Amino acid sequence: MAKKKPAKTAKTAPVQKSAPKASVKTAPRVMKEEQSSNLYEGMIPLARLKDKDTYRHVVSLLVDNEAGVLARVIGMIAGRGYNIESLTVAEVDRERQLSRINIATSGTHQTIEQVKAQLGRLVPVHVVRDLTDDGPSVARELALVKVAGVGDKRVEALRIGDIFRANVVDSSTQSFVFEVVGNTDKVDAFIELMKPLGLVEVSRTGVAAIARGAAGIEKK
Amino acid sequence: MAERAMTLDTTDTDSEQLYVGARLVLKALEEQGVEVVFGYPGGAVLPIYDELFKQNKIRHVLVRHEQGAVHAAEGYARSTGKVGCVLVTSGPGATNAVTGLTDALMDSIPIVCLTGQVPTHLIGNDAFQEADTVGITRPCTKHNYLVKDVNQLAQVVHEAFYVARSGRPGPVVVDLPKDVAMAMGRYVTAPRRAQHKTYNPRTKPDPQAVAAAVKLMASAKRPVFYTGGGIINSGPRASALLRELVNVTGFPITSTLMGLGAFPAADEKWLGMLGMHGTYEANLAMHGCDVMINIGARFDDRITGNLKFFAPESKKIHVDIDASSINKNVIVDIPVIGDCALVLEEMIAVWKKQRYQADQKALKTWWRQIEEWRGRDCLHYEQQGKIIKPQYAIQRLYELTKKRETYITTEVGQHQMWAAQFYRFEQPNHWLTSGGLGTMGYGLPAAVGVQMAYPDALVVDIAGEASIMMNIQELSTAVQYRLPVKVFIINNKYMGMVRQWQELLHGGRYSESYSETLPDFVKLAEAFGCVGMRCDDAAKMDDTIKEMISIKRPVIVDVVVDQKENCFPMIPSGKAHNEMILGAQEKAEKAITGEGLALV
Ligand SMILES: Cc1cc2nc3c(=O)[nH]c(=O)nc-3n(C[C@H](O)[C@H](O)[C@H](O)COP(=O)(O)OP(=O)(O)OC[C@H]3O[C@@H](n4cnc5c(N)ncnc54)[C@H](O)[C@@H]3O)c2cc1C
Ligand SMILES: Cc1ncc(C[n+]2csc(CCOP(=O)(O)OP(=O)(O)O)c2C)c(N)n1
Ligand SMILES: [Mg+2]
Repeated sequence: MAKKKPAKTAKTAPVQKSAPKASVKTAPRVMKEEQSSNLYEGMIPLARLKDKDTYRHVVSLLVDNEAGVLARVIGMIAGRGYNIESLTVAEVDRERQLSRINIATSGTHQTIEQVKAQLGRLVPVHVVRDLTDDGPSVARELALVKVAGVGDKRVEALRIGDIFRANVVDSSTQSFVFEVVGNTDKVDAFIELMKPLGLVEVSRTGVAAIARGAAGIEKK
Repeated sequence: MAERAMTLDTTDTDSEQLYVGARLVLKALEEQGVEVVFGYPGGAVLPIYDELFKQNKIRHVLVRHEQGAVHAAEGYARSTGKVGCVLVTSGPGATNAVTGLTDALMDSIPIVCLTGQVPTHLIGNDAFQEADTVGITRPCTKHNYLVKDVNQLAQVVHEAFYVARSGRPGPVVVDLPKDVAMAMGRYVTAPRRAQHKTYNPRTKPDPQAVAAAVKLMASAKRPVFYTGGGIINSGPRASALLRELVNVTGFPITSTLMGLGAFPAADEKWLGMLGMHGTYEANLAMHGCDVMINIGARFDDRITGNLKFFAPESKKIHVDIDASSINKNVIVDIPVIGDCALVLEEMIAVWKKQRYQADQKALKTWWRQIEEWRGRDCLHYEQQGKIIKPQYAIQRLYELTKKRETYITTEVGQHQMWAAQFYRFEQPNHWLTSGGLGTMGYGLPAAVGVQMAYPDALVVDIAGEASIMMNIQELSTAVQYRLPVKVFIINNKYMGMVRQWQELLHGGRYSESYSETLPDFVKLAEAFGCVGMRCDDAAKMDDTIKEMISIKRPVIVDVVVDQKENCFPMIPSGKAHNEMILGAQEKAEKAITGEGLALV
């Protein structure tokens, strides 16, 4: 069978590798005129669908916390050749047994709409919300960054850590482990700066995101 | 991991009475209206077979291979509109069912497949006949369940039926560990109100979407209805409403392979099937239209050909119950999310209420153009002499069976396409074929399923000699249950569809597509306890068919046909609708080249 999806998202990196950031744009807010033509469910302005540029989106799902739900989501994404930059999952409502999954993905508007529609038809999925398109949101991730070095490099690492408001959570005479929190760009920038200073390894959580304002994910 | 939450709103427990798990399964099936289960036993499902033995409400059909069980259930489901039910054992039973499940997923057929599983405490230990059934079937089902608690068993079965038939239908697997089937638990009755915690697909369309769609239709100068399997899924009412909408608008209409029968072939507004092997008039109407109204079809690549040149001047309306079908392959102007019947009803109401009138002058010009295309008589073939043309065999079958209640199933290949072109359907649910997956071996078990549902109907599997070998064992099933299915083999001694592509794409190098050794199908039929017949003379075709019909037992008819015949028209892969090859003379100029070679 001819696979077409990877070709479409060719501008971005393959699944699970972090994308070359330069070619990925952050999606612009939906324009006013576009919103007014967004009259009914499923209607997406043609100009948007025909835009061949690639954008980064964060999509949040509320799912039943049942066995296999994560495999279902990941399997669908991998099987259809969509791009994932990060994926986080944790239970958020013990009583109702709900988990929230945040997916940072990139693609054309058409691809992102497909991703959302495909996620939406998985049986244990309650809500799919595009935190990039559906209004302002905040996104954070945490990284633990191990840097080894002595002398000037060590001092420089600490100084940059300060600028990024990173906490030192472990230190030895040879090394630091920084805990840095922020949006993906900030974390990327921090790691980039640590490379010449003796970066050993990184452990990242991936993106957790939430919409601004009073409304919850279950109400639009 | 947390206990699975109950998601269907079932409240009534029938009492405090306890039942063994296997009994709970059967009670739930009964309540879901299951009359027949297609299955095959094994260690992990013995408790269920034991309960089957003790009751007589549900019939069990013992197939000869689990793939056959799923296809039979598909045949049953597609011909009746009900959910088909399958029961297989763990490990090899479940893996054998995978092709059938994938087939049902691709063609949107509602199936509930119960698979046995090793006892819960052995799961993950590489136990005897253990397979990770939920893992293996996750991508080839609409949804699947592993039941770990006997008290949720009835609930899960009810939910499985709900999921299988709601929205866009599809196959659902319920994996059932043996210890759960043997434990004691409570029964819950099926919910009266189908309100699911998470899965509630939209069926009623947004009125604004319908209004916009109908307005666009009324402005059309060169409209065409492109209709598909979604109308069959929606039910007979959708077909009736489609007829009405086509009548009030006067627009031409074409159907996909999966949509055949939703609109009567006898109606002059019907242009025939479209797509790779569709008619000249249907494909050119699609190519030249200014408004395309897609109802329950999914812009499959057999339809669109080269996307760059697909209906370049058209505005498109797309009616589909599954939002993921919309804007997937083709970007559309007006999406309408909803069930075909409800959307069609709304469309008709709006058309009438707004007193819309089609642009009669434009429509007349459009029809004149279409008639010109029709004049090419693209399905023309010549039957001369003794050697039977495959098209002739199918056309005679059609003429001699059209007045009866006839159901046609097919295998996959040239014969399938000729069946689609030459057998004409006037009603939905009478045509059963494997469209999306294209599974050779589908037709015979599907015919078994149809005949179970309609014991008195004439059920014919139009087969190829290669395909039929893939599930030939199901003849034995047909004999056991006295199902008088007819296997009508279009025997060209080649995997004809493969041979055709090799001729057109690979310089006539017929690599492995000739069947050096075929069984004697007449003797084969007799060995199975069926009747075998052979016909190799066009003059005897009618008599053979009449005799076949008159025999009230399973029959194989080996129709020896012209080996070199190709199926035309054909849009070569990677080409546009208006680059169709109409017949053998043309094929040289339009040979498939470049990118098209890499496509399937
Ligand atoms: C050898 C071979 C050759 C083929 N050549 C052709 C060809 O020439 N022409 C051709 O047409 N096909 C051909 N096919 C079949 C093709 O591969 C596809 O299976 C077929 O075109 C799909 O039909 P469809 O678009 O009607 O969609 P289906 O697969 O029937 O899908 C139905 C669509 O309707 C939607 N739907 C389901 N239920 C509802 C509802 N209640 N209300 C609203 N929407 C609903 C679904 O979400 C889906 O999008 C060929 C197959 C084979 C094996
Ligand atoms: C299970 C399976 N394997 C392989 C194919 C590829 N295939 C498509 S058509 C075909 C040949 C079918 O030959 P036959 O049944 O004789 O039909 P004909 O084309 O000759 O009418 C093959 C091998 C398939 N569709 N299904
Ligand atoms: Mg053949």
